[in-house]
Amino acid sequence: MLIIEIFKLSLNTLRTNKLRAILTLSGIVIGVFSIIAIMTALSALQSGIESGLSQLGSNTFQVQKFPAVNIGGPMNAKYRNRPDITYEQGVKLMEKATTYKYMALEYWKSGKVFKHGQFATNPNMGICGTTPDWTYTNDYYVKDGRFLSEKEIQSSADVCIIGLEVVEKLFPKSNPIGKKILLDNRDFIVIGVFEPKGESFGQSLDNIAIVPITKMLEIYGRRESLNISVQASSKDNYFETVENVTSVLRVIRGVRPGDENNFEIYSNESLISSVNSFTQYFKYGAGFISFIALLAAGIGIMNIMLVSVTERTKEIGIRKAIGARSSNILTQFLVEAIILSQVGGVIGIILGVLSGNLLGIYLQASVVIPVDWVIIGLVSCTMVGIIFGVYPAYKAAKLNPIDALRYE
Amino acid sequence: MESLIKIENIVKRYDMGAEELYALKNVSFEINKNEYVAIMGPSGSGKSTLMNIIGCLDTPTSGTYILNGKDVSEMDDNELAHIRNKEIGFVFQTFNLLARSNALHNVELPLVYAGISKNERIKIAEDALASVGLEDRMKHKPNELSGGQRQRVAIARALVNNPSLILADEPTGNLDTKTGEEIMALLADLNSKGNTIIIVTHEKDIAKHARRIIKIRDGLIADDTTKPLKGEI
Ligand SMILES: Nc1ncnc2c1ncn2[C@@H]1O[C@H](COP(=O)(O)OP(=O)(O)O)[C@@H](O)[C@H]1O
Ligand SMILES: [Mg+2]
Repeated sequence: MLIIEIFKLSLNTLRTNKLRAILTLSGIVIGVFSIIAIMTALSALQSGIESGLSQLGSNTFQVQKFPAVNIGGPMNAKYRNRPDITYEQGVKLMEKATTYKYMALEYWKSGKVFKHGQFATNPNMGICGTTPDWTYTNDYYVKDGRFLSEKEIQSSADVCIIGLEVVEKLFPKSNPIGKKILLDNRDFIVIGVFEPKGESFGQSLDNIAIVPITKMLEIYGRRESLNISVQASSKDNYFETVENVTSVLRVIRGVRPGDENNFEIYSNESLISSVNSFTQYFKYGAGFISFIALLAAGIGIMNIMLVSVTERTKEIGIRKAIGARSSNILTQFLVEAIILSQVGGVIGIILGVLSGNLLGIYLQASVVIPVDWVIIGLVSCTMVGIIFGVYPAYKAAKLNPIDALRYE
Repeated sequence: MESLIKIENIVKRYDMGAEELYALKNVSFEINKNEYVAIMGPSGSGKSTLMNIIGCLDTPTSGTYILNGKDVSEMDDNELAHIRNKEIGFVFQTFNLLARSNALHNVELPLVYAGISKNERIKIAEDALASVGLEDRMKHKPNELSGGQRQRVAIARALVNNPSLILADEPTGNLDTKTGEEIMALLADLNSKGNTIIIVTHEKDIAKHARRIIKIRDGLIADDTTKPLKGEI
């Protein structure tokens, strides 16, 4: 008997028992869906994170009080109790460190409103007080005008350089250079405009204004920790630079030899690897949950197939009486179980890829199809179908024809 | 005449826990090609047990069974399936049709297991249904057919693989007298066309269609008579 005949036969049987088939296969759908959705979303996110991170200049690293990816819960005490990184420490680091090429201090405030004349922005603008090297360490280039000078830092001047989005919102028709602008209700003069920088993680990088760090401290006080961004002169002395900055900063911040650093250093690479190790936990978790779900679904299939064999004992007897071999019966029931799990698997994969990508798109990541997980999904469904279908199918196949026929 | 069935010292024992039940104690006979045999006997005498063994649905506890020159008692499961498929057409008292399949598909089924292609299958099955007078009921499911029509479908199914032997275990048991007569006429017609037929019944009226009557009592053959042909008296 041809496998195609058996396949048609199994499809027909499943069709005559639609509701039962759908309920049985929904277990598989859920199991496969959960793993594929999570894996798709994670892959989308990961590729998004990796491209988003390249915004930090090359050979650049950051020094801050808090780690960039905080697995142990929000701002746990270990990090909160560290002393802030102060302006003085930053200035001293710039003086004492020897191997870096560029170094800038950063003091960020976000959620601010900028105004010019009758124009105002939404309250989602960022102000960053910083030092002259910032344009190099953060890869922002001035298109018109110029960046901050050392003198303007010293004198804590009321000047700023603005991003393209600020220009579009506040100076739709005029040239902003030399014009007055209100940053969080304080007067500044625009001295430069940045080249557009685009987006990272769905957030614009062009909705900023850069001011002298000294001005920033004057306005917002000294109660927050600063960030320091550092660029090495080349890839070759990147690690040397990290070492040098670390050891000088340890001395400046009074860390005793043998004690842990009381600040974090991170780069694109270290960020990517910590994001990866973070998503790894997610993957293991999702994998485990899906495994349990598939196991439960498999038991569901086995249960239904056993019921089906019992219900159809008479049918099996009739088939055997007119010449079906045990192998025909075995294949018939096995194919039924595999179809159930495969259809469930395919639906689960389609739903999973769709919703994983929807989540990815919502988080501004690119669309991906995790081929490896799709294959793993299909293979594990087939396995579930075979493993949990074999016993009922075997039970059906080994029925004695006359006993099966007599079954009431 | 050519021998089709040769049964020797067939015993069928059922082990029911502590008790042993001999459904067939020791049965031997021979049936030739194109014979029409009725097996008669009271209820529980072992008629169905014997038919199931002849039909290769069941295996004897001991004894030999030669069908068409082949020793069936030595065969494995697959060979038996092949015999059931090709050599034997079984008609049951309770029809035993697939409830969810229409008449055509029920008749087609033995051909499916014989590995015959779809187009050919449908043609043969349609012819078989036509030969039992059901050409206009092919798409009906068993529950859309009368008892007599169901039994006709079952007979068409039994015929479809062109078997050497047609076995009918009380084929009229679930039918009224008139319909039963029609079914018997159908079987008589098949016999006249050259088919070997064995029928189990406990009704004398039914048995009179057969030339040879084997009577069974308590798992043993009590009587075996062949009526002489009309011209032979
Ligand atoms: N599967 C079985 N297990 C035990 N005893 C059986 C079985 N099948 C039949 N028998 C017994 O064997 C005897 C003959 O049964 P059967 O051949 O069906 O009789 P009948 O002549 O009425 O067709 C009966 O006593 C019956 O109870
Ligand atoms: Mg009986």
